[in-house]
This record gives sequence, C-alpha cells and structure tokens, in this order.
Amino acid sequence: MNRVTRLIALAGVGAYVLLPWYSSGEPALASYPFGASGSALALAVSGAWWLLPLALPLYACLHIAWRGTWNERNADWLSLCGFSGLAYLLVEGFAIGLHGWNAEWLGSVFGAPGPSQPGMGIGALIVATTLLLLGCRGLARKGWCRGDAFIVCAIGVIGVLLAAFVFFPVVKILASAFTDNEGHAAFASFLAKITDRSVWGLGCLGGGIACGVAWNTILLAILTGLASTVLGLAFALIAVRTSFRFKALLRAMTVLPIITPPFVIGLALILMFGRSGAVSAFLFRGFGIPPSRWIYGLSGIFIAQVLAFAPIAFLVLVGVVQGISPTLEEAAQTLRAKRFTIFRTVTWPLMRPGLANAFLLCLIESMADFGNPLVLGGNFEVLSTKIFFAVVGAATDQGRAAVLSLVLLFLTLAGFAAQQLWLGKKSYTTVTGKGDAGLSLPLPNSLRCACYALALPWVLFTFAIYAIIFVGSFVKAVGRDYTPTLASYAIAFRVEHTNFGWFFSGSAWPSLVATVEIALIAAPLTAAIGLLTAYLLARQDFYGRKALDFAAMLSFAIPGTVVGVSYILAFNVPPIEITGGALILVICFVFRNMPVGVRAGMAALSQIDKSLDEASLTLGARSFTTVARIMIPLMRPALVASLIYAFVRAMTAVSAVIFLVSAQYNMATTYIIGRVDAGEYGVAIAYSAALIVFMLAVILLIEALVGERRLGRRTAIANIAAAPA
Amino acid sequence: MKKGPASVEFKNVVKRYGAVTAVNDVSFAIAPGELVTFLGPSGCGKTTTLRLIAGLEMASEGRIAIGGKDVTGLSAADRDVSMVFQSYALFPHMSVVENVAYGPSVQGAGKARAREMAMDKLSLVGLEGLENRAPSELSGGQQQRVAVARALVLEPQVLLFDEPLSNLDAKLRRRVREEIRELQLSLGLTVAYVTHDQEEALAVSDRIIVMSNASIAQIGSPRELYDAPSSRFVADFMGDANLIPVEVGAHDGAFAKILIGRREMRVAHRGIPPGSAYVAVRPHQIAIEARSATGGSLEGLISKAAYVGDHMEYRITLAVPKLELFATAPDVVSPLEKGSEVAISFDPAGLVLVSGD
Repeated sequence: MNRVTRLIALAGVGAYVLLPWYSSGEPALASYPFGASGSALALAVSGAWWLLPLALPLYACLHIAWRGTWNERNADWLSLCGFSGLAYLLVEGFAIGLHGWNAEWLGSVFGAPGPSQPGMGIGALIVATTLLLLGCRGLARKGWCRGDAFIVCAIGVIGVLLAAFVFFPVVKILASAFTDNEGHAAFASFLAKITDRSVWGLGCLGGGIACGVAWNTILLAILTGLASTVLGLAFALIAVRTSFRFKALLRAMTVLPIITPPFVIGLALILMFGRSGAVSAFLFRGFGIPPSRWIYGLSGIFIAQVLAFAPIAFLVLVGVVQGISPTLEEAAQTLRAKRFTIFRTVTWPLMRPGLANAFLLCLIESMADFGNPLVLGGNFEVLSTKIFFAVVGAATDQGRAAVLSLVLLFLTLAGFAAQQLWLGKKSYTTVTGKGDAGLSLPLPNSLRCACYALALPWVLFTFAIYAIIFVGSFVKAVGRDYTPTLASYAIAFRVEHTNFGWFFSGSAWPSLVATVEIALIAAPLTAAIGLLTAYLLARQDFYGRKALDFAAMLSFAIPGTVVGVSYILAFNVPPIEITGGALILVICFVFRNMPVGVRAGMAALSQIDKSLDEASLTLGARSFTTVARIMIPLMRPALVASLIYAFVRAMTAVSAVIFLVSAQYNMATTYIIGRVDAGEYGVAIAYSAALIVFMLAVILLIEALVGERRLGRRTAIANIAAAPA
Repeated sequence: MKKGPASVEFKNVVKRYGAVTAVNDVSFAIAPGELVTFLGPSGCGKTTTLRLIAGLEMASEGRIAIGGKDVTGLSAADRDVSMVFQSYALFPHMSVVENVAYGPSVQGAGKARAREMAMDKLSLVGLEGLENRAPSELSGGQQQRVAVARALVLEPQVLLFDEPLSNLDAKLRRRVREEIRELQLSLGLTVAYVTHDQEEALAVSDRIIVMSNASIAQIGSPRELYDAPSSRFVADFMGDANLIPVEVGAHDGAFAKILIGRREMRVAHRGIPPGSAYVAVRPHQIAIEARSATGGSLEGLISKAAYVGDHMEYRITLAVPKLELFATAPDVVSPLEKGSEVAISFDPAGLVLVSGD
C-alpha cells in the first residue's frame, strides 16, 4: 500500500483518538481528553456511544493501508470503509441535535428526548476528510479517472464542499419555507405566504396602495437592464468603432464599479440629490426649487443601479462588438450596401444575442442588488430588502424570509436559465483562430452622434459621483458647509500615541482589520477552488461532471440575500454550527465568488491545447505534477484575475455578509451601512473613499507580484496548434 | 537500467464514446524494433488506436500489452511509452532544454542529471546551441525535433508519432521523415506512426495497418498492400486505383479469365471465386494510344487533360463498360488533347483482382 494512503489513514485515526471532536468556544484543557474538548474515542467510551461505530471503518482503513497489498480487492474494501464511515458520520450528525433527536419519529422509536451533541469540530472535520480521501483513493485504484488519485480526490472534495455549502443551504430554505416556525410541515401557510398581496399585489395599477414587492423587483430589474444595456452599447460602440481619444477613460469607468462597494453610489446620490444634498441645495439657493425626497424610491435605485451595472453591460458588449468579424461588413460593402444599411442588416443582427446577454446579466444583478435599495429604497420595497427586514426587523419571521427568498431565487434562476439555455447556443461571435485582415467600418454619423450624446453626459455624471465621494470626505457637510476638514477621517482612522505605545483608536479599524483579514484568507482559497474546478470540468471526464458544473454556476445565480438567509438557516445548528465567526464569512465568500474563478479558468484552459497535458502525462507526470508545473504557469492571468476578483468582492460584499457578521467580525461594508443608518454620512464616505483607494492599491500590488505571463511564446504555440491538420 | 524496445499487442480492443464506436475489435501485434504505420482517412480510428497505446484513452474492451506485460488498466504516466504530438505540444513557458528535461525531472532525476540527459538527446537530433531558446523562437522543423528529443529522453520502450509531419511544408516533410526513419533504425526503436498520407506510410514503414471505419482493413508490408490489396477500400486508398467491375470466369490454376467490356484477360485470381468482382488498375499502368484499328483494346474519349509538370493526368470516358478512368502518362512533350479518341490497354501483370464486397 502506498505511503500517502497510509499517512491519510493514520491522520484519520489520530484525529479520532486525540483531537477535540466537537466545536466549543473555549478549549477545555482541564478535563481533556473528556469533556467539551474531548476526543471522539474518549467521549465514545464515556457515554457518547454514537461515536463508537466510527472506530470500525477508521481502524479497517488503517489496517488495509498498513498491511494490505494495493490490489483491487483491498481497493474495494478501502472505498467501502471510507464512504460508509463518512455516511455514518453524516447520519449520526443529522440525527442527533443539540436538544436530542432531530426528528420526531426517532424520538417515538428510541424514546425522547434522546442523546444530544453540539456542532462538529476539528476532530470531526479531519475524520470526515480522511474518510472521503480514503474512499476516493480506493476508487482511483479501481481505475476511476484513469486511476489518477489526485483527480478522484479533487472531485470528491469539491463535490462534497459544493453539496455542503451550496446545495444544503438551498434545501434548508425550501424546507423552511414549507414548515411553520415550530418545525411542522405547513403547506397551507406556505401557499398563503407565497401568494400574499404584499408579494404579488397589483394595487398600484388602480392608483391605490403600493404594488407587491415581486412586481417592484421585476419592474426595477427590467428598467435597469434596458438602460444599462443601451448605455453599455453606446460605450462599446465608442470604444471599438470610433477614434474617440479618451478611451482610457472608458476603461477606468469599467474598473471603478468593481472596486466600489455596491451602496456607495447610492450614498453619493443622497449627497447630491438628497434633501440636503449638494445639487438640491444649489437648486434651492439659485432657483428656489425646494428640496424633495424624489431620490428615495424607484428613481433613485434605478439611477444608482444603472451607474453600477452599465459597466457590466459595457464589458460584455465590448467583447461582442469586437467579435464581429470585419470581413462580414466588408463583404456587405462589396455588395454595395450603404454604411447605415450595413449596420442595420449585418452588424446589428450579429450583436443581438450579445445585447440580450448583457440585458439578462444586468437584470439578474439588479434583482440581486441589496445595498442600493437598502440605502435609497424609502417606501419602495424590493425582495432583497424585504427579506432582510423579515430576518432582522421588528417582526422577525424566518418562514416568511424563506418564502420571499424562494421567490427571489426563482426570479434570478429564471433569468439565469434564460441566459444559459437560450443564449448559450446562439452566439454569433465570429472570431476564429485565423488572422482577419479586415478593417471594421466606422459608425454611421447619426449613430455616432447618438452614442456620444448618451455616453458623454453619463461619463461626466459618473465622475461627479466619485468626485463627491472624495470631496465630501474632506469637508464638514456636503450641501451645507464646505469647510475643508479631516474630521471624518480622524473619527474613522485615528491613531494615537499613548503611554502604552501606538493605539488604533479610530472607529473603523476593527472592521477594516477584520475585513482585510477575511478577504486575504478567502481570496487564495477562492482562486484555488475555482481554478481546480475549472480544470476538472474542462479537462477531465467523469460521472457527475454536469452536476458539478451546474452546482458551480448555481452559487453564482443565488442572490446574496438568499445566501445570507440560507446560511443562517443551515449553519446555526449542529452538525455544522459555524455562524458568528470568521469561518462562515470565509466560506460564504469562497462559494459566492468561486464561479468567476471557474469561468476565468475555463476560458484560459480552452486556449491551452489539450496535447500539453497529454504530453506531460506521457512523460510520466501525474495530474498533480501536470497541474503544478504546466497548468498553473500557463493559467497565470486567470489566477491573477480570480485572486483580484475574490479579494475585491470579499472587501465590498454586503448582501450575504450583513446576515453573517458578528460583533467580533464586523465587516467594513456593514459598518459603513450602520453609519449611513445613523446619519453619519461623513464617516461613511470617508471610509468608502479609503476602501476604494486601498483596493486600487491592492489590485496593482497583486498584478505586480504575480506578474504577467510571457505572452509571446504562448501565442506562437497557439498558432501552431490551430494549424489545420 | 537499460531496457530494449518492446512489442505492442492489441487483443480485440474496443473503444466506445457513448454510442459511437471509435475502435472496433482491433487486434494486431508490433514486433520489437519495428516501425508500423496506421494509415487511413480521417475519422477511421487510427489516432484513437495510437492514444490507446499511449494510455491517453482507456479501452472499453479487450487487452493491451506492451513488452508482454498487460497495461490495459495503466494510465499514461505508468506506461513506458512516449509520444510526439501532431501539434508538438511543447510547453510554451519552458525553454527548449527545460522541455526536454521535463520527463527526467518529473521522474525524480536531479536537475543536473536531467539537463545532461536532455542535452544528450538534443545533440542526437542536431539542436545543440539552441537549448536556451523558447519553442516559439524555433522554426517548425526545429520544434518538431525538440518534440522528438523530448519523447526520446526517457528512452521509452515504444515511441508514438501522431501525424508528425502534418504541420511542416512539403519540402521539409520528405527530409524529416527520412530523419525519423534513420533514428528509428539506428536506435532500434519500436515505433507506431499515424498518418493519412499513403506516400509517407509507404516510405517509412516496415509494415502498414490500414484502417477504415474503426476497424483494420489490412495489415501488410508496403509492397503487399500496394500490390495485393485485400479489398476495394485498400486498393482505392493506396494509390488511387481505378476499380473496374468485372466478371470472373472459372479458375485455371492460379489464374482466372476476366472480361472487361468485350476484352478477355487472364489474371491471378488470388482466391477470389468466380462471379462479379473488381479489378484494380493503377493510373500509371494504363497505356493510352491514339485510336487505331487493333482489336481487343478498349475505346475511350479524353474528357479532361491536365499538365502537372513531370507527367500528364487524364480522365478517360469509356463507352463499354460505361465508366471513367483516371490515368497518368509520362509523355509531356506531345500530350493528348481533350476530346481525342483513344484506345487503352492494360498490362495483365498490373491488374489486381479484389473481391466485390
């Protein structure tokens, strides 16, 4: 039996015998190995009989690993022991809860209340991991995945992680929606909640009370989607098809929203157009127009979302416009079509699927957006904020939050499914590997003017937004008193020299440190899991590949608010009880941001000829070596992209995080929202501005550290590989 | 440890992808030190067969043995086989010598030892002095040699070539294929070689395995395949033979009478029973003359004539039997015009009977 298998088996037995099985706040060393920090073996012989059966598969694995020869029969036994042990661990964990049996029928069979146990800890985690790895190694020996243990283990681990942190929470939401708050099945109350007037009511059409939140959400999403797509298209046409001199400006506009926390734009809008905003004050003083609350509600959220999401549409559409082969337009030109006719009959139809794609993406983003509606919503309620108030508001109702989450999940999934199914196969992108010598046509004049007329004011507006954030953070009060001051920064980031040394007394420091700490942990994990998943999906063939692909994408389509609610429902109770710490935040970030790593990795892999892996394989390198020495160096741009994305998203996320923060681990974004809530706009924008600058610096640093790939070599090889056989 | 070249043996190997069968019940043996070519049109399963030897694909059924040892379940990393890829698959982020040293280095050889082995093979393929270049800084032919050096560095028992010449221009092809053959003979390597070019196959191979529709159509030496194709497919694929439907008469010793049009000929029957069959005629074995009164020859009309430099290519329409022949003639000084009426005749020694099915 090989050495790795032995070490894994040994680690499993060691964790069972020595490490604390349950998670407990403080390590209870006095009573060790019994008590709260007791090991599984010690607890098992001192009353926790349900841990005893685990010894059997662990010992059996150790025995096979140490004594057995590495043949197929022993491989059968190894996978049997590994997977049955893991299955028992799960059954036991879910059956026995904090207050006895978790299911009523267990109580009626074995007698209530039954045994009880807290959430699983480090010992359980290691035992579960080793059992999974041993089972996978057994399968690999039997020839799964060409006998490659690394691949089988990677599939097993990623599959289990996705099941635990993507599927399980969603299932919990479903279960919670169909039960009342006492835990009894209640289909009638589900029906009542989901068809409620407050969700689907159409009162506003008759001029009466407000429409249901679902309609509000859909209306907002469609408006935002349309406006963002039109703006994005105008920008894309300017960037690709005109000789506009400030294209760098457009690029900058696409980076800014990525590093801007989602609600900051809403905040800036308040500073401009709110009751005491800069513009409102100017209009009142200059023209006598009284300030009003028009920015709070649909109009405000709409403007904020278009500002935030038009760049996304731009990024999609730039690719689309660039992807239209100039040769097609030249062909039309040689057939004597006029410029506008060509745009109408060739260019536009080719762009249509891309436009629909951009529209659907912005639609989904708008429905999932939480920060802007929270800051600007006023009386206009959307699903994401309604869910939030159902959890944290005065009338806490988890069942209602679950039902609303289901509605929102259904809406985003529908948009997502439409995007994947309808557009996935309908792309007219005409980029081929062959050199395309054609020149794309300049835009027809009328169209060019329209693009400029749309885009340029919007660019100015965007820069005004960012200007007011930075200016606002250095003055006393925007709209009223423009005396320069550093007071806001002093409150947030004061550092004092005391008798005990330097003291970070600013109010923002704890949340900033926690945020950076968590983002720094989450980013490399996200990139690693994302790229490994991409490698498995793109390069390996195995049962369940489609399911893995679906799960990886599913976590992308679930709105953050829904993730937040589902994580509370799923991970507030044993066996996986991790709420209130840093761990759940890290996990939440990893699985929410992993799809981007997967996509980036798949895109990078599709450009790396498969024969490179195969060449490495035939030279005697196993998958692990191939990944380390061939794939990772070649995928460096994807690695950088995922690292940056994961880091930035972890720094700027609000929606899911707001449910999961704790006193000890408050995040920067939730802290800022708290300041906005309390009316302390100065501190809020000072902190926001500092965050934006900090993230810009980190992005530049990551790019400098991880570095550029030596591109020249790659393109040459790609050309060789693409040459016709 | 010095290991010699090994044999490769396939026993009833099947490879399926879902409902598609890429390799269907294939059996063959390659002797140690032999160069065997897999030849066939695209999609015939020849590359899949090569990848099955390498372990890049796993057989759905059947057994594969290398050097007498069963390797059916072993992954590519565990088989003592190297491959030269069609795209060369040189690692773009490594220099030439790093590429070649990759094999020994992942096998655990020290850095200096790996480099020494790599330099050894680079000098074998004549690339000393270029070792620190990036692959993209080399010409196509040089890249190909790096790929060969990288495949040779572990001194594998079997070396595989997947259409190694397809990315080279026509002039280079002839030289590189000669080099490959020379290397194989001097090192005594067992080589499996995939190509769709019959001329290339004829030039380099000890034996050729012709594949068609996922199975083996014929195995034989180049001369056997060319002179004695076992089926219409092989006759057509090897040298564009014209296939003329004929009626085979009664056997007479090793010979039989056949009737082409009104003309009777005596050819070796090669075990083909009396009845309908085909006779294969190579384009250069058709003699073309201006029409004369000599009886017994077939009458035709030149429907197309093309001058291709060292010979003429004609398409000739026959009246009886009604078919079109493709023929070549060495006479480029006084070619026949399109529309000329001609008489054609075949040398009986150049006619090969193939069965009708």
